[in-house]
Amino acid sequence: MGTFIAIVLSAVLTNNFITAKTYGICPFLGVSKKTSSAAGMGIAVTVVMVLATLVTYPIYQYVMVPLKIEFLEIIFFIFIIASLVQMLEKIIQKVSPSLYGAMGIYLPLITTNCAVLGVTEMVIGDMSAILGGASMNIGWAVLYALFAGLGFTLVMIIMSGMREKLNYYKTPKALAGFPIAMVTACFICMAFTVFSYISL
Amino acid sequence: MNKFKKITLDGLIFQNPTFMLVLGTCPTLGLISSAFSSMGMGLTVLVILTLSNVIISLLRKVIPDAVRIPCYIVIIATLVTFARMFLDKFVPELYESLGGFLALIVVNCIILGRAEAFANKHTVVESAVDGIANGLGFTLALTVMGIICEFLGKGSLFGYQIMNFSIDMLAKPAGAFLVYGICIAVFVYVIDCFERARRVKANKLARENLLKEAV
Repeated sequence: MGTFIAIVLSAVLTNNFITAKTYGICPFLGVSKKTSSAAGMGIAVTVVMVLATLVTYPIYQYVMVPLKIEFLEIIFFIFIIASLVQMLEKIIQKVSPSLYGAMGIYLPLITTNCAVLGVTEMVIGDMSAILGGASMNIGWAVLYALFAGLGFTLVMIIMSGMREKLNYYKTPKALAGFPIAMVTACFICMAFTVFSYISL
Repeated sequence: MNKFKKITLDGLIFQNPTFMLVLGTCPTLGLISSAFSSMGMGLTVLVILTLSNVIISLLRKVIPDAVRIPCYIVIIATLVTFARMFLDKFVPELYESLGGFLALIVVNCIILGRAEAFANKHTVVESAVDGIANGLGFTLALTVMGIICEFLGKGSLFGYQIMNFSIDMLAKPAGAFLVYGICIAVFVYVIDCFERARRVKANKLARENLLKEAV
């Protein structure tokens, strides 16, 4: 139970992917103009992160480590993620066209999202600071990916809300577009810094 | 020769990947709290970008159009794997400070973007120049922001302590966002001013010529 709480707190608040690790900034800045699209993107990223971890972690542990080909992890992982995203796109298109209409446009973008590759790389690395005494297994890995994705979605939604409000105000010409989005993100990060004082 | 000048200027200033196109933001924001690691990141990307541009440009007639993106990703992932082994062996302190971002060069939009937008349509030499120019643009931008962030956030430069006073927040992701945003604004503003001055000058010249003709 302690490990569960530690993983949830760490993934969502203290080590949030956007505010503490700065992974997945491209969708964070690019797709956060409207709350509905930000939430869609966040959920799509969460689904892909969970599925990618579910596939890559066993492959790494039970195929690549025994064969001593750990050094090929980047090539394997990026290929698994790319094909997974393609497959997911085709399945969603076939099974639920309405969901595809809402989520489909974000899926191709996710292949080149740092957050997905980042989480698959992280769970095979050293996670002892978060896990405490427990040893890493696929359950914890998938749980970490799920809550990291939810933390990503949370920050996306906060950011899109702030940017929607910003539309009502006049920004200086030089700051329009990306710069003002970055300054907004700075304030969100400052707020999330408070959580880094939680010691696990 | 004019063509190469244009490619270089585009990569360094007018289409600077960091400030004008805002690509490859994750490593930028993650590493600019230290000038050493941001410069190391920039140089690593410079080498990988140049090599990938050259290889993709060499293979541009061989790779079928339908499967070009997976092919590019395999080439880039291979180069990143090599870079990782090289840094682990020869520059371990840089390997340590880059951390997870070294593997994430694979999904850096700059490299895939240059492959897609430039290297698959141009000759090998042009692609190499484009890779070097864009890589240098990225490196310079990262180094400048790294120096600002490290100086104000930790009071040091490249690891050497200079002043005792520091604003802690600027060495954290929050400060990275702030510095990056302000740097983009300043860069765009300066380029805008130059463009406007050039346009005014051109207009004036044209008017004088017209007057001369009229006289």
